[in-house]
Amino acid sequence: MRSEEYQKYVNSRAGKSPLLKDCLFAFLVGGLICALAEGLHYAYDALGIETETAKALVSVTLVFLAALFTGIGLFDDLAKVAGAGTLVPITGFANAVVSPAIDNKSEGFIMGVGAKMFVIAGPVIVYGILSSAIYGVVYYILNMWMG
Amino acid sequence: MDVIRLPRRVSIIGSVAVVGKKEFEGPIGADFDLHDDTEMFGMDTWEKAESEMQRRALSLAIGKAKIDATSLDAIFAGDLMNQCTGSAYGLKDFSVPYFGLYGACSTFAESLMLSSLMIGAGYFTTCASVTSSHFCTAERQFRFPLEYGGQRTPTSQRTATAAGAAILSAENAGKVTITEVLPGRIVDKGITDVNNMGAAMAPAAVDTLSRYFHATGTNPDGFDLIVTGDLGIEGHGILCDLLLSEGIDVRPVCNDCGLMLYSAESQDMHAGGSGCGCSASVIAGHVIKRMEKGELRNVLYLATGALMSPGSLFQGLSIPGIAHLVHLSV
Repeated sequence: MRSEEYQKYVNSRAGKSPLLKDCLFAFLVGGLICALAEGLHYAYDALGIETETAKALVSVTLVFLAALFTGIGLFDDLAKVAGAGTLVPITGFANAVVSPAIDNKSEGFIMGVGAKMFVIAGPVIVYGILSSAIYGVVYYILNMWMG
Repeated sequence: MDVIRLPRRVSIIGSVAVVGKKEFEGPIGADFDLHDDTEMFGMDTWEKAESEMQRRALSLAIGKAKIDATSLDAIFAGDLMNQCTGSAYGLKDFSVPYFGLYGACSTFAESLMLSSLMIGAGYFTTCASVTSSHFCTAERQFRFPLEYGGQRTPTSQRTATAAGAAILSAENAGKVTITEVLPGRIVDKGITDVNNMGAAMAPAAVDTLSRYFHATGTNPDGFDLIVTGDLGIEGHGILCDLLLSEGIDVRPVCNDCGLMLYSAESQDMHAGGSGCGCSASVIAGHVIKRMEKGELRNVLYLATGALMSPGSLFQGLSIPGIAHLVHLSV
């Protein structure tokens, strides 16, 4: 069998991920996380905290919770079911930073935790900042042009 | 290359498997010599734990063979870690000449083959074959951090936490012998999906098996078991399909170490087990013991390896496969 034929044959027989089920759980868990965030927002508001500060506190709380659950080994169990539901909110970002930090502790705090902490989240940060810089330039030019 | 028939009697005089929690809970868990539910084996890092598994597996195998470590002429060993450190650190205190091998999941067959060839050629009298893999060291090296929240595809395999050791000798008469070996050729059919290693390795297994049957004039009916390691569900199906299209039906006697080690459904193992320790533990812990009991007499062991690295995958290279064949007889 030639390579192209073989690859076609392999793709045709490979089991596919259960897309509908994955989407449903991602929707449910992702939705619950966002509902929790909204609840936190109301709670911080009720405490008389300014809206802008409350928004930041919501993110901080979610990051803390995701880091905590990663640390005690529950996050990956939930993520196995929830998929994008835990990955897409800020919880996924926290997990992507904390999990390599835990893993690489055995190589020390400099070359292990420090160097490897951003091995997954690094690209997100780099291209996130780059795209926001490009957005800023475009915004600046458009503003000049359109007055 | 033709099938090599060993000119001297090379027998297995001691074999041991050391495994982790999930492997012990699997369908053949009771056959394994030692397990540790924490999977740390008394160590403080996963890497040291894997080395310790090799050390304990070889120590126990030496005890079973009733020999002294100093009577070993050489150790052929390997694992999945960078620069084979799992083997080097685990076996350094034995003070025995050492050869580090890398054949990915095919390493145990490679080490059995080289041990038996060296003994067969008369250079060595007694050799040890040892390989291991650890779920946690392999995940770190090849995939994601352990606590990273991701999902796996149905065709992905799980790296076994397991080590296997076998002592081969021309002197002491063991029941199980290695009679023939056939080194594998690298076969690359362009598979790039690291979550479908079974598909990447299956063509190599087909190549080696069909070469074996053509060269020896035998057919699958002549064997009690043809056991591959570790094609998993996907690769096993492909192997059976492709061989059938060549007119060779292995289905009635063919099984796969990756499928035997776990209960894929109840243990949520997706396509089955993989890693240097997977077929090592199934062969050293289960198959050889069944052969010693007389339940199996004629076994073809065909270990398959996916010879990629994380770097080669990021560069978009496809995954080359290899399959080494060892013929075990009673």
